[in-house]
Amino acid sequence: MNNQRSQAEIVRQSLKSRYRKERRFRAYGVLAIAIALGALLTLFTDIIGKGYTGFLKTTITMEVQLDGEMMYLDDPTDERQIKMADFVEPLVQALIKEIPGATEDDRDQVRGLINPYASVTLRDALTANPDWLGTSRTMTFLSHTNVDVYVKHAGDDAYSIKLNDQQKAWVDELQERGVIETSFNDVFFSGGDSRDPSRAGILGAIVGSLLTMFVTLILSFPIGVAAAIYLEEFAPQNKFTDFIEVNINNLAAVPSIIFGLLGLAVFINLFGMPRSVPVVGGLVLTLMTLPTIIISSRAAIKSVPPSIREAAEGIGASKMQVVLHHVLPLAMPGMLTGSIIGMAQALGETAPLLLIGMVAFIVDVPDGFLDSATVLPVQVFLWAGSPELAFIERASAAIMVLLTFLISMNALAIWMRKRLERRW
Amino acid sequence: MQPANLLLLTLALAIVAYWLGYARSRSLAMPLGGIRHLKSLPFYYGARAALWSGIPALLVLGLWAAFQGKVIQLIIIGGLPDNMIPATDGEASLLLSKISNVASGALPPGFVEAPIAEAAERLKALRTQSRFLMSALVVSVAVLAGFLGWLRIRPRLNARVQVESILKWVFFACAALAILTTVGIIFSVAFETIRFFGKVPFTEFFFGTHWSPQTALRADQVASQGAFGMIPLFTGTLLISAIAMIVAVPVGLLSAIYLSEYAGKKVRGVVKPLLEMLAGIPTVVYGFFAALTVAPFISDLAASIGIEASSQSALAAGAVMGIMIIPFVSSLSDDVINAVPQAMRDGSLALGATQSETMKKVIFPAALPGIMGGILLAVSRAIGETMIVVMAAGLAANLTANPLETVTTVTVQIVTLLTGDQEFDSAKTLAAFALGAMLFIATLLLNVIALKIVRKYREQYE
Repeated sequence: MNNQRSQAEIVRQSLKSRYRKERRFRAYGVLAIAIALGALLTLFTDIIGKGYTGFLKTTITMEVQLDGEMMYLDDPTDERQIKMADFVEPLVQALIKEIPGATEDDRDQVRGLINPYASVTLRDALTANPDWLGTSRTMTFLSHTNVDVYVKHAGDDAYSIKLNDQQKAWVDELQERGVIETSFNDVFFSGGDSRDPSRAGILGAIVGSLLTMFVTLILSFPIGVAAAIYLEEFAPQNKFTDFIEVNINNLAAVPSIIFGLLGLAVFINLFGMPRSVPVVGGLVLTLMTLPTIIISSRAAIKSVPPSIREAAEGIGASKMQVVLHHVLPLAMPGMLTGSIIGMAQALGETAPLLLIGMVAFIVDVPDGFLDSATVLPVQVFLWAGSPELAFIERASAAIMVLLTFLISMNALAIWMRKRLERRW
Repeated sequence: MQPANLLLLTLALAIVAYWLGYARSRSLAMPLGGIRHLKSLPFYYGARAALWSGIPALLVLGLWAAFQGKVIQLIIIGGLPDNMIPATDGEASLLLSKISNVASGALPPGFVEAPIAEAAERLKALRTQSRFLMSALVVSVAVLAGFLGWLRIRPRLNARVQVESILKWVFFACAALAILTTVGIIFSVAFETIRFFGKVPFTEFFFGTHWSPQTALRADQVASQGAFGMIPLFTGTLLISAIAMIVAVPVGLLSAIYLSEYAGKKVRGVVKPLLEMLAGIPTVVYGFFAALTVAPFISDLAASIGIEASSQSALAAGAVMGIMIIPFVSSLSDDVINAVPQAMRDGSLALGATQSETMKKVIFPAALPGIMGGILLAVSRAIGETMIVVMAAGLAANLTANPLETVTTVTVQIVTLLTGDQEFDSAKTLAAFALGAMLFIATLLLNVIALKIVRKYREQYE
């Protein structure tokens, strides 16, 4: 009896420390989740903090004297004259007029505030409206990237401001008077890549991504579904079928860059296909996403209850009719969900596309499957590697666009799973 | 005609074949007294005609489109005057790109030698011819095969069985594509790897401790021989993967335990999708985060306590890679922990053990093999991860175990060696394929072992 009581005593005494351990273990779990979610939060705030300014552009609105004599131009319909004409001078003169205290001697410094491309904007406007010559117009132009950086990031040590004190004072003053303004950056969504951050846009990359994804989708979805049907419904139990399954499972875990090597060696070197085109990118991404689609489609087919098959067979349907008329429609929502997730993966993939040359600097928006293109994640990669912080800002903004696409695709998949998938 | 348009045309022809087949089967059945005298439904006769028309035409189209580029290249090279025929693959690809630049108008013909301008003209002509021939061939195959299929429609013909067996073969071909892909991977890396070992000795690659893949511009250049020792690359890869695992394994495992054993339904419903979101973020975004936020933060932090840290430290790349892998570890461990039978849990709790004691002394040991399998899969993913290290780790191949120094990895070197202009016969380019082969073998082994462990473990409790 004595002995027993002392054992109970021991247990009671140890309880306190055991409960403490229990609480500590629990706290570790909470801490782990906090670390993971904290990392997610940091990532998002960091990218939004770095990139929201990428959605803003800085413009200069001023009254421009379209003086023919100043531009050496008397007939805007004459192509040769347009080529020779000086479109910078009217801009510089207009801006000098806007800045009180600026004189003809400051012209180089004033010119440093205007985007080098602004003269092209002016030229295009004048070619489109020849009757503007000799009048004076209020027009809006992009500011120089240095002005853009100063307006957005004055006081931020990370950015080096490349304006001198005189220019800074002018910009401050012009901003106060509303000549220099920031507004929504439509250039970012309407242009291709550029060496000048102010003019760099993601439209080219988005179109490239869409073309590549289109190729991937029309190849990988039918092939993946067909392969899943074969393996679930028709494949005999033999070594060869096992071999196919082993291959699919392994391909699902092969690093994506290996698919890039495959694309380079087979599609480009063996077949002589052109580099950096959406077709080749789409083919490589198809091979990469196929295992994902096959695996999720098989799961969807498996979840269709045998009673459906038996009922169809019972009224005389052939095996193929059972599958195509009954199993496939019922499994379709699950297959679509899996494919959307696979496509989201493919949309964010970068490494294999680097190897097949989709990293080129491409200014034009691609207009076909065989046109040189880049894709959104690769554009992020290209800008992120730039030493200019103005590009980093655009890379962050591009990441936000990319994440918006991915999150909406995943949300669509979740919604479809909830709405369309049937529980048996 | 463009291949894409031709594809649409082929599909249109198949649809026409479908309607003709459908109509013919009905018109054949009418005199007999209705479609019930047909062996199959009219739909199957139509589908059969469409398959007859479409499949051979698509095969022709696919093969032609795949090989025309290479064949045209060979013809162009063969047509050059003898003194211009390139000696190496590298020269050949340079010459070809020059010719195609001239042909596309990017380079004025006046700027190049006369034979090249001629070759460019020939290239243009060949391309037009090839396109024309392809269109003619594909369309005639589609029409002819479709016509034959249409002609052979008889009421006694069992079209359904034929259509179904063709479809079955198509499905089989789709499934077999997985094997073809694997074979493609093996061949594409194997060939170049063998050529690489023809240039660089086996022992240097596997046991060399120096990696600097320069190739000489001139034969007499100093250090004209690049060094191809892969040991620094593999230690670098392992260092970064180890750091990633140190972050991912405890965090992933503990959060899986908490979510499966402690958290209520509501918490789980919120936290789990958020954790999975980490897995859905593209790697280029992690790379951006690692290179521009974490790496400067670490080097500033190190500087503030008086240690020197590289701005491209292994620690930054590894830590961010660890964050990426957290959901991978946690969802795999979650599966394994949930697979442990409830009876074991109940037994332990009934003896008076606390939840954490049950976890540590009963469930965890039982789940250990499965968790190890999951961790091996995570390691294989870390080794093959590319974008984070390309953006955040360096290029300098240092043989070091210091996480604050710069290291480089296998994947970084593959990307560096293969982006930009390449010559396909230099040891430098071939080295990338040799590294790819090593990477493929390493990840394959890890995956096979891990899948075996996981499967064996599952069988134990099923």
